[in-house]
Formats: sequence, structure tokens, C-alpha cells
Amino acid sequence: MAEAQPQPRELPYVAAITDGVRAVLTEQPDAFVAGEDVAGAGGVYGYYRGLLKEFGPNRIFDTPISEEAIVGLGVGAAVTGCRPIIDLMFMDFMGECMDEIANQLAKMRYMFGGRATLPVTMLTMAGAGMSLAAQHSQSLEAWICHLPGLKVVMPTTPYDAKGLIIAAARDDNPVIVILNKMSLAITGPVPEESYAIPIGEANIVREGTNYTIVALGRMVHEALKAAEVLKDLGIDAEIIDPRTLQPFDTDTVIASVKKTHRALIVHEAVRFGGFGGEITAQIQELAFDYLDAPIARVGAPFSPVPFSPALEAHYVPNADRIVAEVKQQLAL
Amino acid sequence: MSTQITDATLLDIHQRMVRIRIFEETAGKMMEDGKIPGALHLYVGQEAIAAGVMVHLSNEDYITSSHRGHGHLIAKGGEYDRMFAELYGKATGYCKGKGGSMHISNLELGMLGANGIVGGGPPIAVGAAFSIKFKQKDNVAVCFFGDGASNEGSFHEAANMAALFKLPCIFVCENNGYGEYTPQANHQAIVDVADRAPGYGMPGVVVDGMDAVAVYEAAGEAIRFARQGSGPTLLECKTYRYYDHVGVRGMGLSYRTDEEVERWRQKDPIMNFEARLAEQGILSADAARTIHEQVEQEVQAGIAFAESSPMPDPSTITDDVYA
Repeated sequence: MAEAQPQPRELPYVAAITDGVRAVLTEQPDAFVAGEDVAGAGGVYGYYRGLLKEFGPNRIFDTPISEEAIVGLGVGAAVTGCRPIIDLMFMDFMGECMDEIANQLAKMRYMFGGRATLPVTMLTMAGAGMSLAAQHSQSLEAWICHLPGLKVVMPTTPYDAKGLIIAAARDDNPVIVILNKMSLAITGPVPEESYAIPIGEANIVREGTNYTIVALGRMVHEALKAAEVLKDLGIDAEIIDPRTLQPFDTDTVIASVKKTHRALIVHEAVRFGGFGGEITAQIQELAFDYLDAPIARVGAPFSPVPFSPALEAHYVPNADRIVAEVKQQLAL
Repeated sequence: MSTQITDATLLDIHQRMVRIRIFEETAGKMMEDGKIPGALHLYVGQEAIAAGVMVHLSNEDYITSSHRGHGHLIAKGGEYDRMFAELYGKATGYCKGKGGSMHISNLELGMLGANGIVGGGPPIAVGAAFSIKFKQKDNVAVCFFGDGASNEGSFHEAANMAALFKLPCIFVCENNGYGEYTPQANHQAIVDVADRAPGYGMPGVVVDGMDAVAVYEAAGEAIRFARQGSGPTLLECKTYRYYDHVGVRGMGLSYRTDEEVERWRQKDPIMNFEARLAEQGILSADAARTIHEQVEQEVQAGIAFAESSPMPDPSTITDDVYA
């Protein structure tokens, strides 16, 4: 992470999102925010709070609860010269608008022979941990990373949240920004000025010598905790936060694995068919000869997200499970 | 209706209808002969709607279309050579051969694409209409869709949102009596799709979709209404497609009778329009024939262009996925 200033202010993730959206609305006159409860209520998690007062109802407005029309609003406005920011309150609601995402937004440029430009930014909330049960807690990045035409980013820190939202809005392609509800209170340095984190560049969060952990989104924080435990077992973990899933920064991961010879991938999403499978495949294709152990994967069990806190706590991967997986993999 | 339709407008509408008819008749034959790959959904029979609406629009007005989209593009000013090239899958097509019939488009003409998804267009039209309002222009977005699409949730969401925001969006339902192969009576419990308009808080109008002047007048009213900031209209045009859901003979399904097709052919939008223009001394039968011949020649020139054009290079498969 670039340390832009000696003492940058600290902000929670939630305020960094607001700051990012504010920067976009300030620097892009054709940008607007549309979604359910974004204006009057300031968003169900409050990350649009204050923006209605600041920018007025033409730049940020509430829509009916109509996810398909919301995404369609983004597609139609973008292809005619606007730069929409579309809010999909929960990622689980993609089921309501998957046609507009998968068949219109993702494909329009290609179907039109490159003659359409779709600078749509979609902000959406993923992740478990609040007992919101099976339809408000999912991590569905695998659904959208499989669709050519979309870019997908997953900010982990407040700094990433602001920088990736600004990068998404400056990009001329549809970018889906997957936010994490359990990260909202996490604080970190966030510069005042507008800045973009390049899309497609991973972040080496912790440098290490003999083990690579690729962690998605909030799992980066768990991986950092795990690394402290693993240190005592003689494991010096290098932790990579891809930050962008599509396009994926394969080079950074491969360079790390060639150095460490071992790898583990951790994400909140269901393990089976998850994005970790793609990363695993890329590592074995490009660094097979460097591997000293099978690639390990940590993810959620093959079940919907359970409601009960007692069950949910065992559902979402954490530092303990990462440590346990590493130990098992290395027969420690 | 206060405005008098001029002779020039009548001739313009006629020209657009003939251009659609001859293109579609030719393209349909070529698909059945195996010269054009994939599936074509022909617009023959419905020409009065595209022509009667589009004659009001400029390139700054947007339209969204359906899977039956050639007619909309032609009426919006689409060129035969680039269109045939696209249907052939050639590199010189409007979409470089990457879209084909179901995604044919021309953004410079404000044509935001045919759409392979039934009900795919309405939300996009709402977005285009929003864009017009956001940029404080006085243009409109027209959404063409069928009776089948009127049962999609996307139409409901789009209609509600357009009315709520008073967007300059005109929903033109081309009710041809069939959702694919299912007759209207078997897919919705109403006869007039326009009956749904009051439920959204917008005017609903039913017109004879085989009569280009009726369509022209009703569309003109809806477009004026939208341009003055009064919001959307649901304009239902009763029409018929002469050919099958796909292609000319389609899959040979017996879901409608020859008598029914013949009954609608008696209301042919071009035949009756030409009779009226001849009667009014605006266009003689000879002059009409000349127009048909000229259009026929243009169609042949378009085909020649397409046939002499190169196929796209396989190395371009992953081009145009991202900007």
C-alpha cells in the first residue's frame, strides 16, 4: 500500500465508501447514483449518508425496489453517455437482475462489435456474519467472474474501498465492486484527495518467504491473524490480496508461489466451484514444478448460509481454519 | 389530432415500409436457403409500426428493439450493406459479425440494439430515457416489444419506473397475437395490453398496427407528451407477422391456420397504404412500382457487398470484450 502522506487520517470502511462516491460525483459531471434507499435513507448501511444534501436529487436518487430496472437504467444511461453508479443493496439480489447483468451489461459492447461503451459502476454488499441468513449473506463473486465483459473488484481495507470505487468509476467498462458488510467498521488510513487503485493489480499485504496465502476480501484480515500463529510453526506466510478478481493478477500470485513453493487460497464463498478453484488451476498450470505440496483451499461448506450465530460462526472461514488447513497440508 | 400529415411524410413512411418488406422477404429466403446462418425473426406484416413511429425520430432519439429487430433498424436509417454483412457474419457488418440478427444495432442512429432476450429492451429504454432527462435534452426513447414481452417482469419494472420518474419513454407494444407459438389468449387474460397502462399511471392507447397513419398519429401524440415532460405512454399496435416466429416456414408447427394468415394479409399495411396514396393522387401505382424496383436493386447491392466482404479473422474473437 502506498503511504501517500506521513499521517493520513483514519476512516472506517463505511466512510471510505462515502468518500469514494463523493470523489466520483465531484470529478465526473455525468455520474449519478441510483438504487434502493440510497438518497433519503443514505443507504441501508449508511454509506451514502450526506450525499443527497451535498449533490442534490439529480445526482443521487431512490428507485423502486426493481433490481432489473435499476441495472437496466445503468445500461441504458451508460450506453447513451452517462456514467452511472448503480447500487445493488445485497449481492444476493443479483438473482433479480441477472439478465441485465449477464446478458445486457456484460455483453452489449461485444455484441455491438465494440461500438458501445458501458462505464457502469455497481456497488453491492456481500458476506456473512450478521445472522442475515441465506438470502442476505452470500459471496457470489464466482457467478460474475465467469462473465466476459465485466470487471470485478473486492476492496478489503478502507484505503482500497475508496481507491477501487474511484478506479471503477473512471473505467470505461462495467465494474462490480463487491463490498463486505463485516468490514464496514474496520478503520484504516484514507487520504483526503481522490486516488485510484489500478484495477487488475494485486496487493502483497504481508511479505513472506515460504508460504503463499491468497485471500479474498475480508479473509485478508483473517489470513493476517493466521500468519501470526503460523510464524511460531516456522511458516513465514506471504499474503496476497488480489483486490481485483477480473482481470486477475496472475503474475503476482505465480511469482510468489515460485518463491514460497506452497499455496493456500481462502475465500468466504462456498469452496466447491468457488473462485479459489480458478486460482488453483492457474498455479498448477504455471508453477507446477515449483510446488512442494498440493494447493490448499479454504471456503464455506456446501450449504446455504445458516441463520443461527452458532452455525454461522462455523460457516465463515477464519484464522483458526486457515491455520488448521495449513497444518494438515504440511502434516505439522 | 391537430397536425396534418404532409405528402412528404406519407411518402417517407411508404419508403420505410417498402425498405423493410423487401429486405425481410429477401433475408428470409436466404436464411431458408442456408445462405444466412442462425435464426432470423422476420418483421413482415408489422412494417406500419416501425415506419409510423420512426418517421417522428431523429438520430438523437433512441430506440430499443426486440428479437424481431431488422425492421426497427431499417426504419431508423440502417444501411442494407452493413445489415446484410452482419446477417452473413462478415467483418464489415454493423457489429463486425459478433452480434448477428438478434443483436444488430447502430448507436450512431440511436438504435440500441435488437435483443435476444424477450423483455430485455424495456429496462434499457428506461435508462436511455433517463439519460435524456439527466442531460436536459428534449429527445425521447422508444421501446418496441411484443405481447409476449409484456408478461415479463422486466417490462413491469421498467413501466413503473418510467412513469414514476416521468421519463420521455414510449412503450410501443407490437401485439402480433402470439408469444412465439402461443396465442395471446393462452398467455394473458386480457385482450388489450394497453389496459395495463393505468396501473402504472400512464396513458394507454390502442391503434390499428396495420395502418401506418394511425400509428403515426398516435405515436406523434405520445412523443409530444413525452417531450413536454409528461412522461411515458403505452401504445399498443394490433398487428400480425405473416411468417413464423423464426424464419419463413419456421418449424412447420400448426399453431395457426392459413385462413387466419390470409385474413390479416388482406389488411396488408403496404398494399392498403399504396391504394390510399394512389387514390389521393400522392403516389401512382407506377411510381410505387418504381420505388419497389429501386429498393430491390439496393437490396441486391447490399447482398453483393456482404458476399464480397471478408469474414472476421479468428484472432479477433476476444477483441471488443472490454474497452
